[in-house]
Amino acid sequence: MSDPVPGPPLWLLLELTYRCPLHCVFCYNPTDFGGIGRELETAEWLRVLAQARELGSVQLGLSGGEPLVRDDLETIVAAARGLGFYTNLITSGVGLTETRLCALKEAGLDHIQLSFQDSTRRLNDFLSSTRTFELKSRVAALIRKHRYPMVLNVVLHRLNIDHVEEILGMAERLGADYVELANTQYYGWAWRNRAQLLPSREQLRRAEEATARFRERVGTRMRVFFVVPDYFETRPKPCMSGLGRVFLGIAPDGVALPCQSARMLPGMSFPSVREASLRSIWYDSPAFNRFRGEGWMKEPCRSCPERGRDFGGCRCQAYLLTGDAANADPVCALSPHHHLVTEAVAGAGRSAAEPPAAAPLAFRDHRGGASRE
Amino acid sequence: MAIFDTAARPAIGGGFRLQWEPAQAAHVLLYPEGMVRLNQSAAAILTRCDGARTVADIIADLERTYSAAGLSSDVCDFVTFAIERTWLELLP
Repeated sequence: MSDPVPGPPLWLLLELTYRCPLHCVFCYNPTDFGGIGRELETAEWLRVLAQARELGSVQLGLSGGEPLVRDDLETIVAAARGLGFYTNLITSGVGLTETRLCALKEAGLDHIQLSFQDSTRRLNDFLSSTRTFELKSRVAALIRKHRYPMVLNVVLHRLNIDHVEEILGMAERLGADYVELANTQYYGWAWRNRAQLLPSREQLRRAEEATARFRERVGTRMRVFFVVPDYFETRPKPCMSGLGRVFLGIAPDGVALPCQSARMLPGMSFPSVREASLRSIWYDSPAFNRFRGEGWMKEPCRSCPERGRDFGGCRCQAYLLTGDAANADPVCALSPHHHLVTEAVAGAGRSAAEPPAAAPLAFRDHRGGASRE
Repeated sequence: MAIFDTAARPAIGGGFRLQWEPAQAAHVLLYPEGMVRLNQSAAAILTRCDGARTVADIIADLERTYSAAGLSSDVCDFVTFAIERTWLELLP
């Protein structure tokens, strides 16, 4: 499966800013984002778009942080659409007034994905450390009014996974077409809060049952994607479809990444779009070539018949759990480190009935969460 | 079994966009956070689904363009497949 010449970066994700009015405890952004350099300016983002399109990028994610914090979002969308990108806005909804929604539609925005934290105001507002529940409901109504497909994303974890039935009911009332129940992936802030966020196997089972009952009732009227938390699997996810194969992410300061979380991998020097062309970054930079192909793999991946399917799993997870990004993702039952995952899951099982744990939750903020601990 | 009449006028479904991608040397169908790369026959059909032509028009055009006969059932099968995936919708 190793291809000598990489294909184009079909998926371009621009993390326009790390600024965000929310303080979600499960955010995958870096915990030290407060110390990261100044954001790209409008003209720099437009140059990135043009260069990426020339390389063959076609799906564009506009994310962050909260992308609506940038007052040039409409300009960026218009330029992207003009170049032929399919434009996806990934937002908390905060800042999405009707005026801005009309302007974004006018600019050619194709799609909006709106996130909720929970079906209850109490938990939505607690998890995001804001009062945003009603606002999100209003934004959902606006999205429908302007004839966008209604796509909701709810990140699941131990504190809200027992509410899956209510969350799906809320989505139905809001008129959602698609709902993504995305179990937390443990990077960034979520990694820091893992002990409090990892659900028990029993919680996961009940949530899957509730989802199945809901699907049976609503049929094709509303599509529900349930993304299983990989800690409960015995084979790793084919993370990013393999690093450097289809995904290109640009961080707010212009650093190019083969995965949104890769920034914390040690010994890697990620190039900046301020200093190099996207073409040289994608094809020639050591950072993007480091985990291409199979040459970097260790056992058990190196000789594994499944290596072409999952690419050894997630490099960031391998690093976070084992200290070496070239190891097999410990989610894999064939990894000698798999016990690190099963022990974490077993630990979650023991404490599932208890109230949120002894260690305080770290809420995402620019000071690294220190202010609330 | 076709789920429509050949007098129906298919159009690309809401939220989908059909375009030619030079980097992939293919037509693609784009949708929220996803993409389908189309083979030549799928692209030949979908590029003709403009909401103005009927399925019968499209079949006749394809048979003329490719100097072929008897394409009707293949085209109807694909249009059915595409409607089921909401790639296409039928205009009244």
